[in-house]
Amino acid sequence: MTGVLINDFLLTLMVITAIGAISVRSLLAASMLLAIYSLLIALVWVDLQAVDVAFTEAAVGAGISTVLLIGTLVFVDKWERVKPRLHWPALGVVLITGAVLIYGTLDMPHFGDPQAPVHQHVAPRYIEDSLRETRVPNMVTAVLASYRGYDTLFETVVIYTAGMSLVLLLRARRHPGSKGERTL
Amino acid sequence: MREQVILRVITKLLTPFILMFGLYVIMHGEISPGGGFQGGVILAAAFILYSLVFGVHASRAVLSRRVTDALAGGGALIYAGVGTVTMALGGEFLDYNMLIPADAPAGQALGITLVEIGVGITVAAVMITIFNELSEHG
Repeated sequence: MTGVLINDFLLTLMVITAIGAISVRSLLAASMLLAIYSLLIALVWVDLQAVDVAFTEAAVGAGISTVLLIGTLVFVDKWERVKPRLHWPALGVVLITGAVLIYGTLDMPHFGDPQAPVHQHVAPRYIEDSLRETRVPNMVTAVLASYRGYDTLFETVVIYTAGMSLVLLLRARRHPGSKGERTL
Repeated sequence: MREQVILRVITKLLTPFILMFGLYVIMHGEISPGGGFQGGVILAAAFILYSLVFGVHASRAVLSRRVTDALAGGGALIYAGVGTVTMALGGEFLDYNMLIPADAPAGQALGITLVEIGVGITVAAVMITIFNELSEHG
Protein backbone atom coordinates (compact mmCIF):
# COMPACT_ATOMS: atom_id res chain seq x y z
CA MET A 1 0.00 0.00 0.00
CA THR A 2 2.77 2.41 0.96
CA GLY A 3 4.52 1.49 -2.26
CA VAL A 4 1.45 2.48 -4.26
CA LEU A 5 1.20 5.80 -2.37
CA ILE A 6 4.88 6.51 -3.03
CA ASN A 7 4.34 5.67 -6.70
CA ASP A 8 1.35 8.00 -6.95
CA PHE A 9 3.35 10.78 -5.34
CA LEU A 10 6.31 10.25 -7.68
CA LEU A 11 4.09 9.98 -10.75
CA THR A 12 2.33 13.24 -9.81
CA LEU A 13 5.72 14.92 -9.51
CA MET A 14 6.66 13.48 -12.91
CA VAL A 15 3.56 14.96 -14.56
CA ILE A 16 4.37 18.35 -13.01
CA THR A 17 7.99 18.09 -14.17
CA ALA A 18 6.93 17.10 -17.69
CA ILE A 19 4.53 20.05 -17.97
CA GLY A 20 7.29 22.30 -16.63
CA ALA A 21 9.78 20.97 -19.17
CA ILE A 22 7.37 21.72 -22.02
CA SER A 23 6.28 25.16 -20.85
CA VAL A 24 9.58 26.64 -19.66
CA ARG A 25 11.29 28.88 -22.21
CA SER A 26 14.87 28.49 -20.99
CA LEU A 27 16.44 25.48 -22.72
CA LEU A 28 18.86 24.89 -19.84
CA ALA A 29 15.96 24.75 -17.40
CA ALA A 30 14.13 22.36 -19.71
CA SER A 31 17.19 20.06 -19.83
CA MET A 32 17.46 20.06 -16.06
CA LEU A 33 13.73 19.34 -15.71
CA LEU A 34 14.14 16.35 -18.04
CA ALA A 35 16.98 15.12 -15.81
CA ILE A 36 14.71 15.45 -12.78
CA TYR A 37 12.03 13.56 -14.69
CA SER A 38 14.50 10.72 -15.30
CA LEU A 39 15.51 10.63 -11.65
CA LEU A 40 11.86 10.47 -10.62
CA ILE A 41 11.11 7.56 -12.96
CA ALA A 42 14.28 5.88 -11.65
CA LEU A 43 12.83 6.18 -8.13
CA VAL A 44 9.58 4.62 -9.38
CA TRP A 45 11.59 1.70 -10.78
CA VAL A 46 13.35 1.30 -7.42
CA ASP A 47 9.96 1.30 -5.69
CA LEU A 48 8.82 -1.42 -8.13
CA GLN A 49 12.06 -3.29 -7.26
CA ALA A 50 13.32 -3.09 -10.83
CA VAL A 51 16.77 -1.91 -9.76
CA ASP A 52 18.49 -2.79 -13.03
CA VAL A 53 16.13 -0.53 -14.96
CA ALA A 54 16.46 2.17 -12.31
CA PHE A 55 20.23 1.99 -12.63
CA THR A 56 20.04 2.39 -16.40
CA GLU A 57 17.57 5.25 -16.17
CA ALA A 58 19.69 7.11 -13.61
CA ALA A 59 22.93 6.59 -15.53
CA VAL A 60 21.64 7.14 -19.06
CA GLY A 61 18.53 9.30 -18.67
CA ALA A 62 19.59 11.56 -15.84
CA GLY A 63 23.34 11.41 -16.40
CA ILE A 64 24.65 11.12 -19.94
CA SER A 65 21.56 12.47 -21.74
CA THR A 66 21.62 15.63 -19.64
CA VAL A 67 25.33 16.15 -20.28
CA LEU A 68 24.82 15.68 -24.02
CA LEU A 69 21.81 18.04 -24.05
CA ILE A 70 23.75 20.73 -22.20
CA GLY A 71 26.72 20.09 -24.47
CA THR A 72 24.43 20.82 -27.41
CA LEU A 73 23.08 23.95 -25.71
CA VAL A 74 26.54 25.52 -25.85
CA PHE A 75 26.12 25.87 -29.62
CA VAL A 76 22.51 27.04 -29.76
CA ASP A 77 20.49 29.81 -28.16
CA LYS A 78 19.77 29.69 -24.46
CA TRP A 79 16.12 30.46 -25.06
CA GLU A 80 13.44 28.83 -27.11
CA ARG A 81 13.04 31.08 -30.16
CA VAL A 82 9.62 30.04 -31.39
CA LYS A 83 6.77 31.11 -29.14
CA PRO A 84 4.47 28.13 -28.63
CA ARG A 85 1.00 28.76 -30.06
CA LEU A 86 -2.13 26.75 -29.46
CA HIS A 87 -2.64 24.58 -32.54
CA TRP A 88 -6.23 23.34 -32.34
CA PRO A 89 -6.07 20.38 -34.79
CA ALA A 90 -2.91 19.12 -33.06
CA LEU A 91 -4.53 19.46 -29.64
CA GLY A 92 -7.57 17.55 -30.93
CA VAL A 93 -5.44 14.69 -32.30
CA VAL A 94 -3.46 14.48 -29.05
CA LEU A 95 -6.60 14.48 -26.89
CA ILE A 96 -8.32 11.79 -28.99
CA THR A 97 -5.18 9.61 -29.05
CA GLY A 98 -4.78 10.03 -25.29
CA ALA A 99 -8.42 9.14 -24.67
CA VAL A 100 -8.10 6.01 -26.84
CA LEU A 101 -4.93 4.97 -25.01
CA ILE A 102 -6.58 5.46 -21.61
CA TYR A 103 -9.60 3.48 -22.85
CA GLY A 104 -7.15 0.74 -23.89
CA THR A 105 -5.65 0.53 -20.39
CA LEU A 106 -9.09 -0.46 -19.04
CA ASP A 107 -8.59 -3.90 -20.59
CA MET A 108 -5.16 -4.32 -19.03
CA PRO A 109 -4.68 -6.47 -15.91
CA HIS A 110 -4.66 -4.72 -12.56
CA PHE A 111 -1.43 -3.27 -11.21
CA GLY A 112 0.68 -6.06 -9.71
CA ASP A 113 -1.85 -8.79 -10.57
CA PRO A 114 0.01 -12.13 -10.29
CA GLN A 115 -2.46 -13.67 -12.78
CA ALA A 116 -1.50 -11.18 -15.49
CA PRO A 117 -0.38 -12.88 -18.73
CA VAL A 118 3.07 -11.31 -18.48
CA HIS A 119 3.66 -13.18 -15.20
CA GLN A 120 2.31 -16.46 -16.59
CA HIS A 121 4.28 -16.78 -19.81
CA VAL A 122 8.05 -17.32 -19.51
CA ALA A 123 8.68 -15.49 -16.23
CA PRO A 124 8.09 -18.57 -13.99
CA ARG A 125 10.58 -20.55 -16.05
CA TYR A 126 13.24 -17.87 -15.69
CA ILE A 127 12.62 -17.63 -11.95
CA GLU A 128 12.86 -21.38 -11.47
CA ASP A 129 15.56 -22.37 -13.94
CA SER A 130 17.79 -19.39 -14.70
CA LEU A 131 20.15 -19.88 -11.75
CA ARG A 132 20.54 -23.59 -12.46
CA GLU A 133 20.98 -23.10 -16.20
CA THR A 134 23.31 -20.12 -16.20
CA ARG A 135 24.75 -19.97 -12.66
CA VAL A 136 24.16 -16.20 -12.76
CA PRO A 137 22.35 -14.95 -9.63
CA ASN A 138 21.11 -11.72 -11.23
CA MET A 139 18.19 -12.99 -13.26
CA VAL A 140 17.91 -9.75 -15.25
CA THR A 141 21.45 -10.15 -16.54
CA ALA A 142 20.83 -13.81 -17.39
CA VAL A 143 17.71 -12.90 -19.39
CA LEU A 144 19.34 -9.94 -21.15
CA ALA A 145 22.61 -11.57 -22.09
CA SER A 146 21.62 -15.20 -22.53
CA TYR A 147 17.91 -15.91 -23.03
CA ARG A 148 17.48 -12.65 -24.94
CA GLY A 149 21.02 -12.55 -26.28
CA TYR A 150 19.99 -11.64 -29.83
CA ASP A 151 18.10 -8.55 -28.62
CA THR A 152 21.05 -7.31 -26.64
CA LEU A 153 23.46 -7.97 -29.50
CA PHE A 154 21.45 -5.81 -31.84
CA GLU A 155 20.87 -3.15 -29.16
CA THR A 156 24.64 -2.90 -29.03
CA VAL A 157 24.75 -2.64 -32.81
CA VAL A 158 22.12 0.12 -32.67
CA ILE A 159 24.28 2.12 -30.25
CA TYR A 160 27.31 1.55 -32.48
CA THR A 161 25.35 2.67 -35.53
CA ALA A 162 24.13 5.80 -33.75
CA GLY A 163 27.67 6.73 -32.76
CA MET A 164 29.04 6.12 -36.24
CA SER A 165 26.21 8.10 -37.87
CA LEU A 166 27.09 11.06 -35.68
CA VAL A 167 30.76 10.64 -36.55
CA LEU A 168 29.98 10.58 -40.27
CA LEU A 169 27.71 13.63 -40.02
CA LEU A 170 29.82 15.88 -37.80
CA ARG A 171 33.36 14.83 -38.55
CA ALA A 172 33.04 14.87 -42.34
CA ARG A 173 31.39 18.28 -42.31
CA ARG A 174 34.00 19.80 -40.02
CA HIS A 175 37.00 18.64 -42.06
CA PRO A 176 35.81 18.83 -45.65
CA GLY A 177 39.26 18.87 -47.23
CA SER A 178 41.66 17.36 -44.73
CA LYS A 179 42.61 13.75 -45.22
CA GLY A 180 44.00 12.80 -41.84
CA GLU A 181 40.92 13.70 -39.83
CA ARG A 182 38.49 11.93 -42.10
CA THR A 183 38.94 8.50 -40.68
CA LEU A 184 36.34 5.95 -41.76
CA MET B 1 38.96 26.18 -16.53
CA ARG B 2 42.60 26.87 -15.67
CA GLU B 3 41.89 28.63 -12.40
CA GLN B 4 39.17 26.28 -11.11
CA VAL B 5 41.42 24.59 -8.57
CA ILE B 6 38.68 22.77 -6.68
CA LEU B 7 37.15 21.31 -9.85
CA ARG B 8 40.53 20.21 -11.18
CA VAL B 9 41.68 18.58 -7.94
CA ILE B 10 38.36 16.84 -7.30
CA THR B 11 38.21 15.59 -10.88
CA LYS B 12 41.70 14.15 -10.64
CA LEU B 13 40.79 12.46 -7.36
CA LEU B 14 37.44 11.13 -8.55
CA THR B 15 38.31 9.90 -12.06
CA PRO B 16 40.04 6.67 -11.00
CA PHE B 17 37.22 5.80 -8.64
CA ILE B 18 34.57 6.41 -11.31
CA LEU B 19 36.53 4.22 -13.74
CA MET B 20 36.86 1.53 -11.08
CA PHE B 21 33.13 1.68 -10.33
CA GLY B 22 32.32 1.41 -14.03
CA LEU B 23 34.47 -1.68 -14.38
CA TYR B 24 32.90 -3.10 -11.21
CA VAL B 25 29.39 -2.57 -12.57
CA ILE B 26 30.29 -4.31 -15.85
CA MET B 27 32.04 -7.26 -14.24
CA HIS B 28 29.60 -7.59 -11.33
CA GLY B 29 26.46 -7.39 -13.45
CA GLU B 30 25.89 -11.10 -12.96
CA ILE B 31 25.50 -10.75 -9.21
CA SER B 32 24.33 -7.21 -8.52
CA PRO B 33 22.26 -4.70 -10.50
CA GLY B 34 24.06 -3.36 -13.52
CA GLY B 35 25.81 -4.73 -16.54
CA GLY B 36 27.42 -3.64 -19.74
CA PHE B 37 25.13 -0.72 -20.53
CA GLN B 38 25.24 0.91 -17.11
CA GLY B 39 28.93 0.22 -16.56
CA GLY B 40 29.81 1.51 -20.01
CA VAL B 41 27.96 4.74 -19.36
CA ILE B 42 29.77 5.17 -16.03
CA LEU B 43 33.13 4.58 -17.72
CA ALA B 44 32.20 7.20 -20.32
CA ALA B 45 31.14 9.59 -17.54
CA ALA B 46 34.67 9.51 -16.15
CA PHE B 47 36.11 10.58 -19.50
CA ILE B 48 33.39 13.18 -20.05
CA LEU B 49 34.09 14.70 -16.62
CA TYR B 50 37.76 14.80 -17.54
CA SER B 51 36.94 16.47 -20.87
CA LEU B 52 34.68 19.01 -19.20
CA VAL B 53 37.34 20.12 -16.74
CA PHE B 54 40.59 19.74 -18.68
CA GLY B 55 39.27 20.13 -22.23
CA VAL B 56 38.63 17.65 -24.99
CA HIS B 57 42.27 17.77 -26.08
CA ALA B 58 43.45 16.39 -22.73
CA SER B 59 40.88 13.62 -23.01
CA ARG B 60 41.93 12.90 -26.61
CA ALA B 61 45.54 12.58 -25.43
CA VAL B 62 44.44 9.65 -23.25
CA LEU B 63 41.95 8.12 -25.68
CA SER B 64 42.49 9.24 -29.24
CA ARG B 65 39.77 9.36 -31.88
CA ARG B 66 41.23 6.31 -33.56
CA VAL B 67 41.09 4.32 -30.31
CA THR B 68 37.47 5.21 -29.47
CA ASP B 69 36.41 4.41 -33.04
CA ALA B 70 38.12 1.04 -32.83
CA LEU B 71 36.67 0.32 -29.38
CA ALA B 72 33.13 1.21 -30.49
CA GLY B 73 33.27 -1.44 -33.19
CA GLY B 74 35.43 -3.79 -31.13
CA GLY B 75 32.85 -4.20 -28.38
CA ALA B 76 30.11 -5.21 -30.80
CA LEU B 77 32.67 -7.47 -32.49
CA ILE B 78 33.40 -9.21 -29.16
CA TYR B 79 29.67 -9.86 -28.73
CA ALA B 80 29.19 -11.20 -32.25
CA GLY B 81 32.53 -13.02 -31.97
CA VAL B 82 31.30 -15.01 -28.96
CA GLY B 83 28.31 -16.03 -31.08
CA THR B 84 30.56 -17.05 -33.94
CA VAL B 85 32.80 -19.06 -31.62
CA THR B 86 29.81 -20.96 -30.26
CA MET B 87 28.82 -21.74 -33.86
CA ALA B 88 32.34 -22.91 -34.63
CA LEU B 89 32.17 -25.19 -31.58
CA GLY B 90 29.09 -26.83 -33.02
CA GLY B 91 26.24 -24.97 -31.33
CA GLU B 92 23.83 -22.29 -32.43
CA PHE B 93 24.67 -18.59 -32.57
CA LEU B 94 25.16 -17.30 -28.98
CA ASP B 95 24.62 -20.78 -27.50
CA TYR B 96 26.99 -20.28 -24.57
CA ASN B 97 26.61 -23.90 -23.46
CA MET B 98 29.15 -24.77 -26.15
CA LEU B 99 31.90 -22.67 -24.53
CA ILE B 100 32.43 -25.27 -21.79
CA PRO B 101 30.64 -28.41 -23.00
CA ALA B 102 31.47 -30.38 -19.85
CA ASP B 103 29.82 -27.77 -17.61
CA ALA B 104 27.09 -25.93 -19.52
CA PRO B 105 26.06 -23.47 -16.74
CA ALA B 106 29.68 -22.37 -16.36
CA GLY B 107 29.76 -21.83 -20.13
CA GLN B 108 26.65 -19.67 -19.80
CA ALA B 109 28.26 -17.60 -17.05
CA LEU B 110 31.43 -17.19 -19.13
CA GLY B 111 29.48 -16.22 -22.25
CA ILE B 112 27.36 -13.69 -20.32
CA THR B 113 30.50 -12.10 -18.83
CA LEU B 114 32.16 -11.85 -22.24
CA VAL B 115 29.18 -10.27 -23.99
CA GLU B 116 28.66 -7.82 -21.11
CA ILE B 117 32.28 -6.72 -21.53
CA GLY B 118 31.60 -6.23 -25.24
CA VAL B 119 28.47 -4.18 -24.54
CA GLY B 120 30.36 -2.07 -21.98
CA ILE B 121 33.21 -1.29 -24.40
CA THR B 122 30.86 -0.25 -27.20
CA VAL B 123 28.61 1.87 -24.99
CA ALA B 124 31.55 3.64 -23.32
CA ALA B 125 33.32 4.33 -26.62
CA VAL B 126 30.16 5.59 -28.36
CA MET B 127 29.23 7.89 -25.46
CA ILE B 128 32.76 9.34 -25.34
CA THR B 129 32.67 9.80 -29.13
CA ILE B 130 29.30 11.56 -29.06
CA PHE B 131 30.39 13.95 -26.32
CA ASN B 132 33.75 14.72 -27.90
CA GLU B 133 32.27 15.29 -31.35
CA LEU B 134 29.57 17.56 -29.94
CA SER B 135 31.95 19.60 -27.82
CA GLU B 136 34.39 20.06 -30.72
CA HIS B 137 31.61 21.23 -33.01
CA GLY B 138 32.05 24.61 -34.65
